[in-house]
Amino acid sequence: MVHFFQLLLSGLATGAIYALVAVGFSLLWQTSQTINFAQGEFVMLPAFFVLMAMNAGAPLWLACLIAIALSILLLGVVFKFVIVDPMLRHGVLPLVISTIALALFMKEAVKDFYSSQAQPFPALVAEGDVNLLGAVVSAQSLVVLAVAIVTVVGLNLLLNKTRLGRSMQATAQNPTLARILGIPVRRMVLYTFLVNAVLVAIASILISPIYLAKFTNGETLGLAAFVAAIIGGFNQVRGAVLGGVIVGILDNLSAAYLSSQYRAAFPLLILIVVILLRPQGLFGRAQERTV
Amino acid sequence: MNRLAAAAIVVATAFAIVVPFFLKPFGIYLLSLWAVLTIAAIGLNLTLGYAGQVSLAQGAFIGIGAYTTALLTQAGVPYALAFVAAGALSFAIGWLLGYPALRVQHHYLAFVTLAFTTLVFLVLRNEEWLTGGIYGISGIMRPVFFGWSTAKPLDFYFLCLGVLIALSLATWWMVRSPWGRAFVALRENPVRALSLGLDTRRYTLMVFAIGSSLGGLSGALFAPLVQFLEPASFGLNRSFDLLLMVIVGGSGYFFGPFVGALVSVLLPEWTRIAEGYYLLVYAALVMVLMPLCPAGVIGLLERVLKALNRRPGTAASARVVEQ
Repeated sequence: MVHFFQLLLSGLATGAIYALVAVGFSLLWQTSQTINFAQGEFVMLPAFFVLMAMNAGAPLWLACLIAIALSILLLGVVFKFVIVDPMLRHGVLPLVISTIALALFMKEAVKDFYSSQAQPFPALVAEGDVNLLGAVVSAQSLVVLAVAIVTVVGLNLLLNKTRLGRSMQATAQNPTLARILGIPVRRMVLYTFLVNAVLVAIASILISPIYLAKFTNGETLGLAAFVAAIIGGFNQVRGAVLGGVIVGILDNLSAAYLSSQYRAAFPLLILIVVILLRPQGLFGRAQERTV
Repeated sequence: MNRLAAAAIVVATAFAIVVPFFLKPFGIYLLSLWAVLTIAAIGLNLTLGYAGQVSLAQGAFIGIGAYTTALLTQAGVPYALAFVAAGALSFAIGWLLGYPALRVQHHYLAFVTLAFTTLVFLVLRNEEWLTGGIYGISGIMRPVFFGWSTAKPLDFYFLCLGVLIALSLATWWMVRSPWGRAFVALRENPVRALSLGLDTRRYTLMVFAIGSSLGGLSGALFAPLVQFLEPASFGLNRSFDLLLMVIVGGSGYFFGPFVGALVSVLLPEWTRIAEGYYLLVYAALVMVLMPLCPAGVIGLLERVLKALNRRPGTAASARVVEQ
């Protein structure tokens, strides 16, 4: 039982990171119909910004801030204006190809210009274990969990309690109506790209101490984020959050109790079942069909 | 079909037959790879380009076909029989994969097929008793037909080219048949197709099955071409690559996959001038090309030809093109 509790908690920690990535993923989809196949690489990259800043002599906290700023600039602004905007009017598929090419580009760039080896990444807190209700939990996973919860709560406050957030939601749900109501739709779309960039940067800083920083990290992370976003419901922020948590916990529990070789298979099986039985996701709303 | 296109096909075929005689073994290998991957891309173009069903599973079907062929031939089954088995197994699995397409479309379908690809990869990697796991299967022999051994690169290339031509002709015939029209109807307006009495359910399953079986047949050639199979060759990246071929070549155009596969096989090799950075350059080129010609290379050609036609003073050449 203690063992189960430990697994549950570490699953919750990874799941919280997946949730951040999945939320960003579904935000992009909602506001601009962008299926970002490079989302995993978006999580891989900011860790290298941190490492570069630290190599230049910056302390960890400053390096993290620099990484978030760079991420907003490159993965937010540049991504939107250079990759997404020219492709949007051509439909979903050509844009998918562009993001697939972007994923390859980012992987190769890191491999060629930084290193093909896994890089050790500084932990946010010193190594150590905390005794919690009889279970031994690493301090690191508690910090991960805390930061992720704060981020998700902050995002929820932004989206639901501020005028800006409400405008962003309106843009996501019905751009035409939002425009009629005087909401600057284009700027709101840009903001979602910036929010996504911040989310992936935070996820990157949280996950890299666990997985090490490596150019191939994006492959598994991206898949986990897709699965989480879809299981939860493509069109709901809270759906993506819950989806991320479900995938994280499932991943850890199935690896321990069922089969470690097939640990990646269980979320996928759930994905297939969910799409077939409830295409709108467990917590999503059904989308109206346009015929 | 117009005269210009016919001339282009004749020239291209002549090139495909003559050029390999002047190439080194690696060049011949690349051309063989092009022929093999084109077959799979034709299958995906049928599913995606003609019938509008997004699939990220074509790479998995190459894997299924390749492993089937390798395992059967190593168990002593003649190659021709293994080839047919690879196509048949992919057809059956493709039929089953079509069922989700009856319920969901577009990006949801993309994700279901993406999940399928990853599951196939996991099975190939984990079922060591059957597939050799991460160590893969090595020493796959190239087939011998009635004393004609295809062990040499050139002989094997002509086998691939022959199969490619045969399957292209079959597909050409199919897309012009009522089936082909039904597939396009699935893409353009499934509701209307259904109301006109078309059994959209059966055609959706059929197009998945046929597209997948072309993937399997491509795999049946892939195995003896590379002679060493490992699960990583059939992961998501392979499926992404095939999707890229179809879109870059021109989705829904018959000759799109031929051009797309050429781009995908040769472009990375040509950019090797950039040495270690060749994949980087390749990815950048794709990103630049996509906004310039979202309908792919063939779509771009069509646009250029139309523009030339409309210009006064080129009426004579326009007549030639239209005939």
